[in-house]
Amino acid sequence: MKKLTQKMEFKPFCVLVAIILICGVISGGDFFKITIVEGHFYGRLIDILRNGSRYAILAAGMTMALGTGGTDISVGSVMAIAGAIACSIVDGRILGGLNGNVFVAVLIALLAGALCGAWNGFMIAKLKVQPMVATMILLTAGRGIAQLIADGKIVTITSEAYYNISGGYILGLPVPMFIAVGVVILFLLLTRSTAFGIQVEAIGVNPGSSRLAGIKVERNLWIIYILCGITAALAGLIESAGIKGADCNNCGLMIEMDGILAVAIGGTSLAGGRFSIISSVIGALIVQTISTTIYAFGVAPELTRVAKAVIVIVVCLIQSQAFLTQVKKIRIGKAGKKEAPAV
Amino acid sequence: MENTILRMEHIYKEYPGVKALNDVAFSLRAGEIHALLGENGAGKSTLIKVLTGVESKNAGTIEMDGKEISPKRPVDAQNAGISTVYQEVNLCPDLSVAENVFIGRELRKGMRIDWKRIHEKTRELLKDFGLSINVEERLDNYSVAVQQMIAIARAVDVKAKVLILDEPTSSLSAQEVKRLFDIMRMLRERGMGIIFVTHFLDQVYEVSDRITVLRNGTYIGTYDADKLPMIELVGKMIGKDYESLEAIPKLSGDRENVEELLRIENGTTGAITDISLSIGRGEVTGFSGLLGSGRSETARLIFGADRMTSGRTVMEGKEESIRNPLDAILHDIAFCPEDRKKEGIVGDLTIRENIVIALQSKRGVLHKISRKEADEIAERLIKELAIKTPSADQKIKNLSGGNQQKVLLARWLATDPKLLILDEPTRGIDVGAKAEIQKIVVELAKKGMSCVFISSELEEMERCCSKMFVLRNKKIVGELYGEEISQSAIMRLIAGEENV
Repeated sequence: MKKLTQKMEFKPFCVLVAIILICGVISGGDFFKITIVEGHFYGRLIDILRNGSRYAILAAGMTMALGTGGTDISVGSVMAIAGAIACSIVDGRILGGLNGNVFVAVLIALLAGALCGAWNGFMIAKLKVQPMVATMILLTAGRGIAQLIADGKIVTITSEAYYNISGGYILGLPVPMFIAVGVVILFLLLTRSTAFGIQVEAIGVNPGSSRLAGIKVERNLWIIYILCGITAALAGLIESAGIKGADCNNCGLMIEMDGILAVAIGGTSLAGGRFSIISSVIGALIVQTISTTIYAFGVAPELTRVAKAVIVIVVCLIQSQAFLTQVKKIRIGKAGKKEAPAV
Repeated sequence: MENTILRMEHIYKEYPGVKALNDVAFSLRAGEIHALLGENGAGKSTLIKVLTGVESKNAGTIEMDGKEISPKRPVDAQNAGISTVYQEVNLCPDLSVAENVFIGRELRKGMRIDWKRIHEKTRELLKDFGLSINVEERLDNYSVAVQQMIAIARAVDVKAKVLILDEPTSSLSAQEVKRLFDIMRMLRERGMGIIFVTHFLDQVYEVSDRITVLRNGTYIGTYDADKLPMIELVGKMIGKDYESLEAIPKLSGDRENVEELLRIENGTTGAITDISLSIGRGEVTGFSGLLGSGRSETARLIFGADRMTSGRTVMEGKEESIRNPLDAILHDIAFCPEDRKKEGIVGDLTIRENIVIALQSKRGVLHKISRKEADEIAERLIKELAIKTPSADQKIKNLSGGNQQKVLLARWLATDPKLLILDEPTRGIDVGAKAEIQKIVVELAKKGMSCVFISSELEEMERCCSKMFVLRNKKIVGELYGEEISQSAIMRLIAGEENV
């Protein structure tokens, strides 16, 4: 039992369950209602899973970047680039020879994501630019690139096949969920059944020692930022399929913050070291649940951000070891004072 | 005479699984230098941490000037008049000397900081210490020794009654140590009580009035320094006969009959040029020289830690290209670097992970070492090297310096190397652990492993090495074998006198 509670995933999981329960009680049970329409599941929980998929996919990549003590704030812009490329190809605006082949469009968009990641990797691993600054370049430039690709317009497309990336169903459940599960499984395989995970943690704790212990620090950083780029591209595809077009100005706007937040709520230290992809996915679901509920409860739009901030603060405090120790100290302090006269 | 300013009694401190302090007592008089001694893990650091409020005790009393105090934070201890200078200089390298001395208690003129007065005061203060340096210069432009003095100056200026010096001499040269001791004596004259934590026993006898010994978290006793012979002191520290540890088998050191394992020809890196040397199988090869003489750089060259820009590495007769640490590991070379904290341990990972990490690199990232195998390897090496820890699951940063060093040794032994390079493996660790490490090295060599041993302590080098390269100004200036190796011979080469 003690082992279970000490797992990194334990606390975020409890928080998620608690939030969902609270939402359920406040909504009088509506929250849990899942109906089946035309063989598809509908309901708030399904919404959370569908919309949370993007965050979960992003968080998987982001976790590793944060695990090395770095960060990738360019993911939102990479999403925009991927969306713009895929939609433009499907629309036939660029690479007309492909006849709008959705499969190839997706592949090229993912490659573009990998390329963006490689650029970040080059800046960080080779040129030793601080990750925050290095990825900031693509954060600002990326949207410009996306607009160049989309010719400054919102590219709208009509392609059932492409819509399915976000709106489709498999076994009655939304497609993005399956994509997210697939990504998470791949990442888990990569980090758990090879030594990649522990090497990432070692780099995060002490890059100098890691190098002398024979870890290829540079190569691992490249790989991680490329993976970050690919996950961002995937999230971008889902988002653009959801709105049936590429909106370069708004696609993935500020999503890097939610991504980092999800990882932080999951308990991975932003300073690097121990990380858990499962924890981050749970963190992503927490972030999504908060967003969904705020809308569902009809909080005035101008207050949603404030409401979200308050909830996030509470969640983070519950997660913070330092905070809990402090609380404990205060409690013990009070108890101690009461005992003092008796001694 | 009995002018006790600090009295600690019945101190208990427990960490999960470890009784760090078990009914420990300590008292300090005004105007004395009191050495606190013990092996790694004896509880010295914990006692200091309890006293300075870094850790809180589980039980016991601390009295300052007859009044009970219970410091919960470092600042509480400071307010009570207890100042500490830690082993690693705890200052801000990017700030100026004066800023470092006055940080947190800047002198003000109205709302503004009065830099002029701060600079003046700092200059005055440092003059007491025999330092006349530019106080507006960045701190890291000065040597570690000077930084240490500045740290002490800062500590003393907080109007302290008790000054704790935790391993202050481990990175100082002999001359700098002498200066530090002069300062300590001067402070003693002023009536300050000084707690001196160190592992250099001869230094203890040079300045200390009294000695308190801890062992395994328990209080062994307090003695007058002039009434306790060193050999008895060592016995009290390690709890057994020193002689048994002293008995290190001497290697033969034969100039002719040694098979070559590795040869560097005209090796050049960014730090060092044109080094040629040969290392024999089953030998302990020493690199001697002063700090900055190129001995560490030569080790880094062999291991590929610094990239070789020209020159050849020949291993077992074949030319090999070793361009980075991983190449070296794949060629069965291992390297414990000088800076244990920065380049050795991976602090937040467990002992087990720290032990298998290099072996994992050697096998390749795709061939993950199973938990079961990792457990076996860790357990075996923890036992073999007598690493003191409740379990392999402890974070390595929670171990004492000597035990961290043993974990690093274990990390490399796990890779089964042919050549083991140890750069200052015994720095900052106590007599017992030191002797153990020396013994391990010599025994490994007897089994056919080659070792490169680097140490500032000539006595240790003389004892362990069968062959010796002496370096000066980034050049090899001499080679000694077997019986030729003596402290005087090494010193003559270092000093640049003609060959022995």
